[in-house]
Amino acid sequence: MDALGILMLIYVFVLAIFVGFELITKVPPTLHTPLMSGSNAISGITIVGAILSAGLEEFTISTILGLVAMVFATINVVGGFLVTDRMLKMFKKK
Amino acid sequence: MKIIIEISYLVASILFIFGIKQLSSPKTARKGNFLAALGMFIAIVVTLLDQHVLTYEWIIIGFIIGGTTGTLMAFKTPMTGMPQMVGLLNGFGGGASLLVALSEFYKMKNFAQWSFATSTNVTVTLSILIGAVTFTGSLIAFGKLQGIVTGKVVKYPGQHPFNLFLLIAVVIAGVFFVVDPSLEWIILTITAVSLVLGILLVLPIGGADMPVAISLLNSYSGLAASATGFVLQNNQLIIAGALVGASGIILTMIMCKGMNRSLMNVVLGGWASAGGSGPTAEGASPKGDVKSVDSEELAMIFDVASKVVIVPGYGMAVAQAQHAVRDLMNVLESKGINVRYAIHPVAGRMPGHMNVLLAEANVAYDKLYAMEDINDDFPNVDIALIIGANDVVNPAARHDQNSPIFGMPILNVDYAKTVVINKRSMNVGYAGIDNELFFYPNALMYFGDARDAIVKLTHALKEA
Repeated sequence: MDALGILMLIYVFVLAIFVGFELITKVPPTLHTPLMSGSNAISGITIVGAILSAGLEEFTISTILGLVAMVFATINVVGGFLVTDRMLKMFKKK
Repeated sequence: MKIIIEISYLVASILFIFGIKQLSSPKTARKGNFLAALGMFIAIVVTLLDQHVLTYEWIIIGFIIGGTTGTLMAFKTPMTGMPQMVGLLNGFGGGASLLVALSEFYKMKNFAQWSFATSTNVTVTLSILIGAVTFTGSLIAFGKLQGIVTGKVVKYPGQHPFNLFLLIAVVIAGVFFVVDPSLEWIILTITAVSLVLGILLVLPIGGADMPVAISLLNSYSGLAASATGFVLQNNQLIIAGALVGASGIILTMIMCKGMNRSLMNVVLGGWASAGGSGPTAEGASPKGDVKSVDSEELAMIFDVASKVVIVPGYGMAVAQAQHAVRDLMNVLESKGINVRYAIHPVAGRMPGHMNVLLAEANVAYDKLYAMEDINDDFPNVDIALIIGANDVVNPAARHDQNSPIFGMPILNVDYAKTVVINKRSMNVGYAGIDNELFFYPNALMYFGDARDAIVKLTHALKEA
């Protein structure tokens, strides 16, 4: 990939960081634990990379690494979203 | 097809952003979490349609193993175990990034249609470094929270120079890898050294500093996903990772502010490195007698109060006393007593730890007040009841310049008419210093395990 391509990716990264800062500063302290577990589940987006690795046509070491990555990322995604929902269900107002 | 995939990734990114946005209120938070999960579902489904994905059996096996494990963890972990669980999930995220980067390396090495490019070599190195540090660092954090690894501050000579040396070693190896990416041993060295670095970076961090460590590792897990996005040139990963990275950094800063310490100070380990090196316990040690009460006497004091503020700390979590505390609140309220909760930002072992425990015990979230919202009201409070908190209510933080916790924002419980402190013993808190509050004329010690003590008090109140 050329330098311009990398620059476009950095562009997206920097802007997303700013969006993240704007969004997260508005989350009240009472929701900080669900915020962590929920954002944790979002960081399981690496599952996209794991699928691409585990789904290669030929079976090589890349597939094995991809499979383990698949397990890790799925735990992260499934566990993260479910536990966040379990917590948020408990937050009630009088 | 490529266009459809990219558009779907855009939709998924928007859903992530809306999902987090709705986390700004407990009313919409659950829907927000659902939106984020929907975004993830879309991203997964369209990735399965990618032209490079040709075999599905390994993907399905991975889904089944990971999905079952994740579901079991999510439903079986008790609420008191949330810090450990979040720590572990951080680690899985980091581990996945590490493995994907390694997998990409072998793909480029073994298949002719993928070749090494300088920019990819740089991003693979970064992805391995961040992923590996997040992975082992989170496992150590999990071990500390679970009590498998010591919760003490671990120090040994040459600690920081050695860590710095390891980091430099990774950077140098990374440069070699960029120059000649065919060398397999270099990439394995980078992996091994990064894994060790993760262990050594988290090992020195003490138990009560875990809120900072967990937040920081949360941020790393996001950055690891972003780094993988750079490897795969995938905007979806970069955006999602950046959102999480920003979230972790903000929480880290809030936690550090709550302890009036710099991030450096926490990461390097322990209160001891703050300010003066000598122990302050001797000169500043408060003298005098403490007044201790039993449950009957205490019930009589509570009976005539009209405003009570409960201050929970890690001790409440350890004793699993949140349900007992809720019962106490119900009895007090049935007597017409106003009950609120004051939550210090660093109470517990992760951001928002106390809020989740009290939510589990069915305490309405509008009864929970952040430090800055309730601190000015303490002079109007009849009883401040402290359950398993210590350093965050130590008035020395306000006036004793020699105290290691000087300058840390504290809850002004000493301004209440009566302060009741429930503790198991007179032992010091995490900072290792005596708490002069216990010797104040308006302070009463109520010794005992948090749950037993609160249950007894509730019982006595019912009879009063």
